[in-house]
Amino acid sequence: MTEKNKGSLVSKDTGKAYASGDGKAFAKRKDPHRGRNLTLTVITSALFIALMVWYQKNAYDHSYAISIIERSAIYAVGAVAMNLLTGFTGLFSLGQAGFMAIGAYVTGVLTIPVTARQSVYYMNGIAPWLEKLHLPMVPAMILGGLAAAGFAALIGIPVLRLKSDYLAIATLGFAEIIRALLAAPMMDTITNGSYGINNIPGYKNMFQPLLIAAVCILVMLLLINSSYGRAFKAIRDDEVAAEAMGINLFRHKELSFVISSFFTGISGGMLACYMRSIDTKTFQVTLTYNVLLIVVLGGIGSVTGSIIGSFLINGGQEWLRFLDEPHAIGAFQIPLFRPGFRMVIYSLLLMIVVLFWRSGIMGNREFSWNLLFQRRRKKKAEGGET
Amino acid sequence: MSLATFVQHLLTGISLGGAYALIAIGYTMVYGILRLINFAHGDIFMMSGYFMIFAIASLPWFIAVPIALIGTVILGILIEKTAYKPLRSAPRMSVMISAIGVAYLLENLATYLFTAIPMAYPEIPGLKRIFTFGEITTSLVTILTPVLTIILTIVLLQLINRTKIGMAMRAVSKDTEAARLMGIKVDSTISMTFLIGSLLAGIGALLYFTDRMTVYPYSGALPGLKCFVAAVLGGIGSIPGAVIGGFIIGICETFIVAFGYSTFSDAFTFMLLIIILLVRPTGLFGEAAADKV
Repeated sequence: MTEKNKGSLVSKDTGKAYASGDGKAFAKRKDPHRGRNLTLTVITSALFIALMVWYQKNAYDHSYAISIIERSAIYAVGAVAMNLLTGFTGLFSLGQAGFMAIGAYVTGVLTIPVTARQSVYYMNGIAPWLEKLHLPMVPAMILGGLAAAGFAALIGIPVLRLKSDYLAIATLGFAEIIRALLAAPMMDTITNGSYGINNIPGYKNMFQPLLIAAVCILVMLLLINSSYGRAFKAIRDDEVAAEAMGINLFRHKELSFVISSFFTGISGGMLACYMRSIDTKTFQVTLTYNVLLIVVLGGIGSVTGSIIGSFLINGGQEWLRFLDEPHAIGAFQIPLFRPGFRMVIYSLLLMIVVLFWRSGIMGNREFSWNLLFQRRRKKKAEGGET
Repeated sequence: MSLATFVQHLLTGISLGGAYALIAIGYTMVYGILRLINFAHGDIFMMSGYFMIFAIASLPWFIAVPIALIGTVILGILIEKTAYKPLRSAPRMSVMISAIGVAYLLENLATYLFTAIPMAYPEIPGLKRIFTFGEITTSLVTILTPVLTIILTIVLLQLINRTKIGMAMRAVSKDTEAARLMGIKVDSTISMTFLIGSLLAGIGALLYFTDRMTVYPYSGALPGLKCFVAAVLGGIGSIPGAVIGGFIIGICETFIVAFGYSTFSDAFTFMLLIIILLVRPTGLFGEAAADKV
């Protein structure tokens, strides 16, 4: 099966390192467009920041756009974390929702203002040791990430022995177990059981989630481009060969799993602060599927692809919202448009991506200006011929 | 727990297990032949429930039942042809993602077409008739489910071990390429597998929903996963294994709920999965294969 597995997963970055923007290759070969690329990067970043500042200044008028951008940033962290595992280490895990739940609950429980606690836990009361325990948002998120990572380290020992679909179904099982544990009556005084927790303080402005997301993604990017990252890719491409080269398979798989879960936990914490009230129903398998679909659309094995995918899918869900509203031509009511149609079209689009456009937007390449310009030149050349 | 309550719960568990077993057969057959966890199988089962609701609305039950079953089979084959067949040579992960996509699509489609509000499942005359033996009360469907499951399993085993199409299925699941070289029509064999799997899921849906009385768009998702666990428990690829796995999970789940730990009934199933994967990855009746774990 390993031969078959390679297909689209194998990176072609050995040959195309230059185009894929691999850090090392850049340093070795002198890029003729370096000046242009730098200018373009600076200009786009400046434009993006200016737009964000403008949105923030007029936050009242653009609350909707801001909430979409925040959600996209949160899902981007989750998607990149999943990509680290699926796209770069070749471990197909479906446990995302479980780790997000851990992160979200830790963050949520610790950040609820002490004064609001009694009203949140009015049903079951709160555990005495927790009553006065309060942390600011970012430390709480990190703690949430650590909790998720700790849990991942624990279950990774048995689970990472499994391969492909067995690993997927086992991690999915663990996610369901986590969900059941969080909702269990014994946890009532900590997680508030099936009532969920609310009154979680939200973000003060939209820069908070964007900045946290940027830092998380940057750390993961650095990891992917480090020697560890290369070891992960080697494991993905051929386990036996990687082992023969002296890579400790289990240690690296465990490392990838734990780090991915850490950032998944953080994205869960971010989601908790974004939604401000959570319960265990938020973290069903559907959440994992959503993250997976972002990864697939963006391209398995592309960090920038996951980010683009996250913005496209979260934005797209909103742009397609017109499908849910009734439309009429004159007096004739078009029968198709009613609530739910949006999700049908949305899932159809995703099926089309899976079936006909398997590499997604970016494939396993990373976004770079050179790539963008090359594509355009190619298109022009093709256009000229016909 | 008195003996009467024990027997009562046991009957419920066996009945639930029978429905699980019928769905688990579909998982185990598809996995045996395509090495694919057909995530959409649970949703085919859910759609079958809706087909029955709409078929019986305008037709007498003895016509509605076959129509609902045929609808389920057509849906199953359609999914295979459109979502899995183009990806035959693709890596396993792509096919799995495609299966997840189909499951997602079916759930959304059902929400769109039938709304998320649970719909009442029709009663087939006679199936809900109540029997009383001393302290134990039970309905016909509770007794019928395990009996029908066992009969269908025996028929299916005969089909697989004695007929030409059964031989083709065994050959394809052993080695697809070699089977193709032997002149076996691999694609139609795979379609046949989906046909049988969907048919059994349809019958399972009939029995399961008659007991549960409502259908909603997500009513197939969790039972689907549980039935996959049943298939793994019994040993993937083994039909008697899937049936026994289904019964074990059905009975355990009923007793966990009966003892008052209903929040853990789903978690238990997955604990069972993880334990079995670690201790005996080939399942109770599976054949040893190197590439599974």
